[in-house]
Amino acid sequence: MPTLWQRPAIKRKLPVLTVVLALVVIWYIAAVLMNISLVRDGFERSEAKYTIAELIVGTMTAERPLLAAPHQILATFADDVFDYPPNSPRSLIYHAWVTFSATFVGFIMGSIFGIALAVLIVQLRTLQKSLLPWIICSQMVPILALAPIFIVVLGAIGIHGLFPKALISAYLCFFPVTIGMVKGLNTPDPMQLDLMRTWSATPTQLFWKLRWPSAVPILFASLKVAITISLIGAIVAELPTGAQAGLGARLLAGSYYGQTIQLWAALLAASILAAGLIGLIGLAERAVARAMGARS
Amino acid sequence: MAFNVPLWMSPGESGAARVQPGLDKRLQVVDSMYQPAGPVTEIKPSASARRLAVDVRDVSLTFDTGDGKVNALSNVQLQVAEGEFVSFIGPSGCGKTTLLRLIADLEQPTSGTLLVNGMTASEARLERAYGYVFQAPALYPWRTIEKNVMLPLEVMGFSDSQRRERAKRYLALVNLSGFERKYPWQLSGGMQQRASIARALSFDPALLLMDEPFGALDEIVRDHLNEQLLRLWDKTNKTVIFVTHSIPEAVFLSTKIVVMSPRPGRIIDIIDCNFPRDRTLEIRETPEFIKIAGRVRNGLRAGHSYDE
Repeated sequence: MPTLWQRPAIKRKLPVLTVVLALVVIWYIAAVLMNISLVRDGFERSEAKYTIAELIVGTMTAERPLLAAPHQILATFADDVFDYPPNSPRSLIYHAWVTFSATFVGFIMGSIFGIALAVLIVQLRTLQKSLLPWIICSQMVPILALAPIFIVVLGAIGIHGLFPKALISAYLCFFPVTIGMVKGLNTPDPMQLDLMRTWSATPTQLFWKLRWPSAVPILFASLKVAITISLIGAIVAELPTGAQAGLGARLLAGSYYGQTIQLWAALLAASILAAGLIGLIGLAERAVARAMGARS
Repeated sequence: MAFNVPLWMSPGESGAARVQPGLDKRLQVVDSMYQPAGPVTEIKPSASARRLAVDVRDVSLTFDTGDGKVNALSNVQLQVAEGEFVSFIGPSGCGKTTLLRLIADLEQPTSGTLLVNGMTASEARLERAYGYVFQAPALYPWRTIEKNVMLPLEVMGFSDSQRRERAKRYLALVNLSGFERKYPWQLSGGMQQRASIARALSFDPALLLMDEPFGALDEIVRDHLNEQLLRLWDKTNKTVIFVTHSIPEAVFLSTKIVVMSPRPGRIIDIIDCNFPRDRTLEIRETPEFIKIAGRVRNGLRAGHSYDE
């Protein structure tokens, strides 16, 4: 029976766990340092006597700390996730679901559009010169400036809710997919291309039997970038009109009312959502790679 | 004679019976210029009596590079009869690969005419007249060995059962039975190159174009594959054009050795080399072998191939 530290699973996780532990320690120290004057002021205003220990405990239990301590964030997060039914506007699950649905729809739209654009660019060489500059320009416009325009204009013509948000997600996430896929569809080496030519393959066969499978590894790398950007797009889209639901709305409310702990809890939910989405794409990637004979 | 290639081959003018789809074109094409003197199956006809698999007349090719024109090939003349094993030998830059690519219609000549099976190179390519083997195996890594061999058959629209049957047959021919389900990375370099030969043979082209196929392999594997290739050529009666820069390899394999020289790329000697079809590696010790190898070496020297 090996000791706990010699177990392979533990051994593999040990470096990650060490870093997490170090971060938590640093976080607590930072929480104490940042909140201490706030707590001291509080004690002094009520002219109460306080010890150092009370002061330190105070920094970790403040209602509106400058920097929330990890256990406070976790407690609020657990409250918001478990204490309300998932369809209640107070539940984080409800808000996460609203944001997720916009993210997902935007991601699907953006990816399909991005892939289609890349295929056009690769198949029709002239488009590379005429389209690529516009594609790059589209990403130079700050999304924070663009999002309100989208939301307001679409709202004015009666389109509310998920679609405008998904559109902003799609607008942001098609870019890495297009850039990646243009590269990916051009990965076949000259010999592989010449082979297809010696067999007099049609352009369609060349695409489906060579270019597309060659691009698959880059496709998944691009999709991982795209889905995180898509999530950011959905959250940003929830800010400008003070949307009633979604993690973005939750962040906005938290900052309005100085609810720092609530802010952190929403942030935690957003990062868990992002990690989950990347994990899903990673799973799909591994399944496809196995089907395509990659070394395991 | 400067023929415009498309004009030369326009129907009615060439005097050649057009290939009828679906029929064996090797038996159907009767080019009045190269009427066979005897039955094609005759054991030892002289080269001129057989129909030409490849006919290169006065072909030149100039590449336009950034800093001026490069004469890749200059006035090349070459006739390859059906069933021959022809090697192109010469130093890097002598245009041997370029000549092979011209035959395969992967490059176009600047001037001259080039016929493959009596057709222009591009017609021959569209007729899928040849199989091409590159320096590297160039297998598609996401396909199993079997699926790689089946790829040209898929492209050419063979039925599912035919694809499987042919993949099985040609993998057996190159001694790769049992590796059908493996992926390329699971095979050694020599095995991968054998798989790529099976792929080139899978649609049964009459002509096999090989561009230094064993160049990247060690000598032991190369000797072994040379012998296997010779057996395969003997069994299948294919025409093989083989690019190499190894003198022993060229002499051992060929019925005809084309010695080439660079700047500009040109043919400086064509050496007949008629060892028995069932030769083994041992012939490399014989005086005849050494004599021919010496002539190849002299040809290379005369072409200043050793100067740099």
